[in-house]
Amino acid sequence: MARGQAGTTGRRKANGAADTSSKGAAGPTKEELLGYYREMLLIRRFEERAGQLYGMGLIGGFCHLYIGQEAIAVGVEAAKKPGDEIITGYRDHGHMLTCGMDPKEVMAELTGRIGGSSKGKGGSMHMFSTEAAFYGGHGIVGAQVPLGTGLALANWYREDGKVSFAFFGDGAANQGQVYEAFNMAELWKLPVVYVIENNQYAMGTAIQRSSSETRLHKRGVSFGIPGEEVDGMDVLAVKAAAEKAADYARSGKGPYILEMKTYRYRGHSMSDPAKYRTREEVDEVRKTRDPIDHVEELLEKNGWADEATLKAIDADVKKIVADAAEFARTSPEPDPSELYTDVYTDVAAQGGRA
Amino acid sequence: MPALSPTMEEGTLAKWHVKVGDTVKSGDVIAEIETDKATMEVEAVDEGVVSAILVPEGSEEVKVNTPIARLGGEGGAAAASAPAPVEKPAVASEAAAGDPEKQPPEAAKPKPEGEGATPVTPKVELRDPELPEGVSLVKTTVRDALRDAMAEEMRADGDVFLMGEEVAQYQGAYKVSRGLLDEFGPKRVIDTPITEYGFAGLGVGAAMAGLKPIVEFMTFNFAMQAIDHIINSAAKTLYMSGGQIKASIVFRGPNGAAARVAAQHSQDYAAWYGHVPGLKVIAPYDAADAKGLLKAAIRDPNPVVFLEHEMLYGQEFDVPEGIDWVVPIGKAKVRREGTGVTLVAYSRMVGFCLQAAEELAKEGIEAEVVDLRTIRPMDIETVVESVKKTNRLVTVEEGWGPMGVGAEVAAKVTELAFDYLDAPPLRVHQEDVPLPYAANLEAMSMPSVERIVKAAKAVSYK
Ligand SMILES: Cc1ncc(C[n+]2csc(CCOP(=O)(O)OP(=O)(O)O)c2C)c(N)n1
Ligand SMILES: [Mg+2]
Repeated sequence: MARGQAGTTGRRKANGAADTSSKGAAGPTKEELLGYYREMLLIRRFEERAGQLYGMGLIGGFCHLYIGQEAIAVGVEAAKKPGDEIITGYRDHGHMLTCGMDPKEVMAELTGRIGGSSKGKGGSMHMFSTEAAFYGGHGIVGAQVPLGTGLALANWYREDGKVSFAFFGDGAANQGQVYEAFNMAELWKLPVVYVIENNQYAMGTAIQRSSSETRLHKRGVSFGIPGEEVDGMDVLAVKAAAEKAADYARSGKGPYILEMKTYRYRGHSMSDPAKYRTREEVDEVRKTRDPIDHVEELLEKNGWADEATLKAIDADVKKIVADAAEFARTSPEPDPSELYTDVYTDVAAQGGRA
Repeated sequence: MPALSPTMEEGTLAKWHVKVGDTVKSGDVIAEIETDKATMEVEAVDEGVVSAILVPEGSEEVKVNTPIARLGGEGGAAAASAPAPVEKPAVASEAAAGDPEKQPPEAAKPKPEGEGATPVTPKVELRDPELPEGVSLVKTTVRDALRDAMAEEMRADGDVFLMGEEVAQYQGAYKVSRGLLDEFGPKRVIDTPITEYGFAGLGVGAAMAGLKPIVEFMTFNFAMQAIDHIINSAAKTLYMSGGQIKASIVFRGPNGAAARVAAQHSQDYAAWYGHVPGLKVIAPYDAADAKGLLKAAIRDPNPVVFLEHEMLYGQEFDVPEGIDWVVPIGKAKVRREGTGVTLVAYSRMVGFCLQAAEELAKEGIEAEVVDLRTIRPMDIETVVESVKKTNRLVTVEEGWGPMGVGAEVAAKVTELAFDYLDAPPLRVHQEDVPLPYAANLEAMSMPSVERIVKAAKAVSYK
């Protein structure tokens, strides 16, 4: 299930710190920076291809693309320790690719094939990997927040030193269950980091139209949970903030909130004409804040962006995505016998009782 | 023509934003398309030069998957490895156009009943454990039997813990968890805030991580705030993850009507949860079943909804002492044998049926009382066997009739033993109103021994 080479690049600590824009932490090495570049590019190309397969009718239903938000999944992944769990909502392809799931399995799940990570029975919004400690993939807005806090409860119960990262959107931040979870997390000092991916919109509703307090990192104040705002378009800032938050949670101090300021370039899902914002607004972010361009600039500034290396990464990523698409197209649909499997874990209770 | 919504079959090419010879990058808007719902912008997926526009601006009813433009790759090699320039594979891959491989394989659609798609359920003979020689039966309340079940399982397995409102220091709102905090400490007997949706979610998350939580609801009426996690998170995730994510969790607490607590505090949820694949649903009557089934529920690797009854908590029954008493989930129990009429019930209504059977016996009707014990998976075989003997069926439940447990039992019996029935099945249930507070109206609303007797006589044409 795990992908092996990709996604594990550049986790070593820096020697020969780079000139970067992130404050505080020692700068990344060339290898690390190239690793982030590669991971973000993989997500982007993967999502573009998913959009294309959707257009071809190979992917059905809802499909929420992560384009624009790549730095968050990649930056948090870089800050994770082995075994740390992650859980998110339905905009989940990016997290799965960075946490080590095989792009083929992810794409084949999108096309509803037996080779998919859920054997085609979950689809875009419901994918999991126990091996990668990726706990989904949830279609009910906000559900992942108590569930992720429950993962942290298990860590606390077992005293295993793991931290759970629960990702959710600015829209989800208005769900009551989020605050029920905040309360218990702080009350019991559970090791959980809440990562709010504030992309400014919940479907068509801009945050100003939905939220009385739009500084979402302050949403933990009445529970005593610290929070901070982070530039979610800067992978290094994300990584530094996630490391700090994870250290805090791991040391037994309780939960921490990170509000990642980000932006999604595409519509909410494939069928969203995105009339609630202007094309200029989208173009402006793309031109000035793009997370991949940002890393490319850093590479250039450090003289690490030699053409051959970047070309090789591009070609490699293209090939991974092309292979994933090919697999997702050719993997067969699940056998009809799969209809009644996995309803219960014990065969005796499996459906079909008279 | 890309599909731009889950339902789109064709579209209008409203406007081209590019012309032949233009260079495009991924993300550039290349066209506007009117779908069945809206006008959408189409973005390029790859970079390249537009080499042909195949569908002119203004074309209507263009079928999804029709090539609309051709895009030439910049570098020959790169273009060859990546199949598709613009939106369609057909565009780039002239060679592959019409390749049957491009279409999803035509998988056999699941066939209706009896054509092979129905699962083969291995027949396992479910039996209550034999009582070894010399085992003594001890009078125990349902309340203490439940507590003993939890304590024994917590002693045996460090992953089992209890959480809920007032379960620890207060010893349980109905004193079911009495003594557990002292024995197991605050980490394994956790007092939660009044936050059902939240703590049900935490419990399911902990179960996904491999722990075995027992989540107590003060009553199931309050679990409606948590039903989202019980159904959407606990019941469905195993399936949606292709078998990867298990949730061994028990949701338990009193269910059904107590006395004079009115509509919001008096509801039977057996039919609600019984409706959901992925859940097991248990509703025991006596103390031995309460203990044996709760132990089975805690050990079960699936999410289990365990419906207790406040009016039974204080009742005493024989419970085997000193043995690991585990009753199988999914097995009904014949509580009284008879040949005149089959009475099917669960939880508190089993007691009502046993009383009704005594009344009926005085009038010469020998009723057989089947205690379902498990609502899902339901042991309909035992019911059918009984009906084959009695030829008459009355179902009894505290919940409302429509779409209820009795409706399910009657439908199944009609399906499986139609030729054996000498009368249409009858259902006894709560009147179709929110449970009233006034004593007389409450009594009128609830199923009673009298109503069961009346129904049994009606199906016996007496
Ligand atoms: C409980 C619930 N209500 C409504 C929906 C429909 N819905 C799906 S996504 C969404 C918007 C959520 O926006 P946000 O949390 O900001 O996440 P983003 O899509 O921006 O990543 C809505 C309303 C849902 N899936 N679940
Ligand atoms: Mg949002």
